[in-house]
Amino acid sequence: MTRGAETAGKGGGALVQVRGTRRLSPARRLHIYLLEARFQVVEVLREPAFAIPTLVFPLILYLFFGVIMGTGGPSPAVPTYVLATYGVFGVLGPALFGFGVGLANERDTGVLLLKQTTPMPVGAYLFAKVMAALIFGTAVVLGLFLLASQAAGVALHRWQWFALAGVLLAGVIPFCALGLAVGAWARGRSAVAVVNLVFLPMAMLSGLWLPVYMFPEIMQDIALALPAYHHAQLALKVVAMDAGQSVPLHVAILMTETLVFLAVARLGFRRAGTFALGGK
Amino acid sequence: MQAVHGPILASLSSVTHRYGPVLALDGLDLEVRRGEVLGVLGPNGAGKTTAISLLLGSLHVQEGVVSVFGSAPGAAEVRVRRGAMLQISGISANLTVREHIELFRAYYPAPLPASRLMAMAGLEDLARRRYGKLSGGQKQRVMFALALAGDPELLFLDEPTTGLDVDARHRLWGEIRALRESGRTTVLTTHNLDEADALADRVVVVHNGRRIAEGTPAEIKSRTAGRLVRCVTRIGPEEVTRMPGFLKVGTRGQHLEVLTTRPEELVRELLGRDRGLADLTVVSAGLEEAFLALTREGKEGAG
Repeated sequence: MTRGAETAGKGGGALVQVRGTRRLSPARRLHIYLLEARFQVVEVLREPAFAIPTLVFPLILYLFFGVIMGTGGPSPAVPTYVLATYGVFGVLGPALFGFGVGLANERDTGVLLLKQTTPMPVGAYLFAKVMAALIFGTAVVLGLFLLASQAAGVALHRWQWFALAGVLLAGVIPFCALGLAVGAWARGRSAVAVVNLVFLPMAMLSGLWLPVYMFPEIMQDIALALPAYHHAQLALKVVAMDAGQSVPLHVAILMTETLVFLAVARLGFRRAGTFALGGK
Repeated sequence: MQAVHGPILASLSSVTHRYGPVLALDGLDLEVRRGEVLGVLGPNGAGKTTAISLLLGSLHVQEGVVSVFGSAPGAAEVRVRRGAMLQISGISANLTVREHIELFRAYYPAPLPASRLMAMAGLEDLARRRYGKLSGGQKQRVMFALALAGDPELLFLDEPTTGLDVDARHRLWGEIRALRESGRTTVLTTHNLDEADALADRVVVVHNGRRIAEGTPAEIKSRTAGRLVRCVTRIGPEEVTRMPGFLKVGTRGQHLEVLTTRPEELVRELLGRDRGLADLTVVSAGLEEAFLALTREGKEGAG
């Protein structure tokens, strides 16, 4: 308990010893990561304002357009098409709302400030948010798969189900990066507005509700800039309903945009003067 | 309480901090000694929270030197030995008291047992209650428990009793005294002179981002022991300025208000000069008046 005095000298042996004995062990680090993620999920599940719109809404959309209108509709391809695109929608929601709005709120209330005074690794905080988005995204995707296969008569090869799930859930990465960028700049309540401004227009313009080729040309051009468009094209490629651009193109654009979002987020945190993202 | 002369655990040296054009700290010096309860006293906007934020590493140092346990304030080895209760609007409303405590305990290598934390903060009956359903005082107690989660050697409490009722405040004071007995060091910011008096071994008075006074609570009190004398009198404000212990004069309605360090003599003189004087009251000056007195002193000292 007299460590402070000994470490006051620069580079003393005591300091090294302190570092050695107090460093986070890998086991404890893992424990923090998992606990942070668990409570993030629990916290969000107990918030109906989040859970219902982001988890239930894509399923209701699918029930309506995929099952009720899709089967026996003009084209037998509709239930399959919207399975892929609503899946994108379902992964996008938790990433933007959980990550973007959640982060903005926690910056606002000061929770993040408080946690940063503790030994909590910043990585655990971000990990928890990504994991929550992944878990909720998985729940929506499984729900959609269930509806599609049991109620809408969508028949895919086994590899297609797995590939579609994999592609959809990989969308968590660019969308969480986008959420991080929004959360780094917007504050509290304005984050909800910003996320809504991003969420619904991007969903529409990316062809998540109606195929992009049904839009005027200028809107098709806009779609090319949107991450949700490229993500949806990858998902549609699995069921052979994409617009025909190459996989490497979509992946390259998504990766580039992810890096741009991370850079924008980093700028935001730097401006706020806290949360040295990756800059320790 | 005895003055503590332990080694310096944390310090600000000539620290200046600006928020855009606003000068929050203006060359502030502050030293925290092992084992003491240091009261950082000042009116709202004095720079107390900025000073704490620098010591916690949640603000970047712009000018000057900030040191905690001989390291940078944000260093990992510092964080495990330090706890903080900040003025924040809240933690997740949807998690229970027990869950919040469990999460914060996980951050530290040698946390206090959860049951002990709940007992220290008086939360035993609230363990399963969601944070969002707690009263303001109960929420403060949760924040106190979280600050203690890692069994910190150095504890920062930023306005810990704001919004607490008298009972809750006295209970928290008791806990802070108990922490001192157990050898911990506490830095407490407050704008409440009574609170500093009740808890602190040493008080640093901060005003406009500067240290304007430092000493034991008794010393600070004696320097700010202004009394406000109020009465209805025909004696004019100008005349009062030459009376004993005069600090400041003003009028409120038909009352004359005089701030003085020597109320007995001043009252005697007032009564001597005006036999018709009526409605006389003498009260302790509020902290604002006390700060005025101190800042005035500071200026005179500088000039």
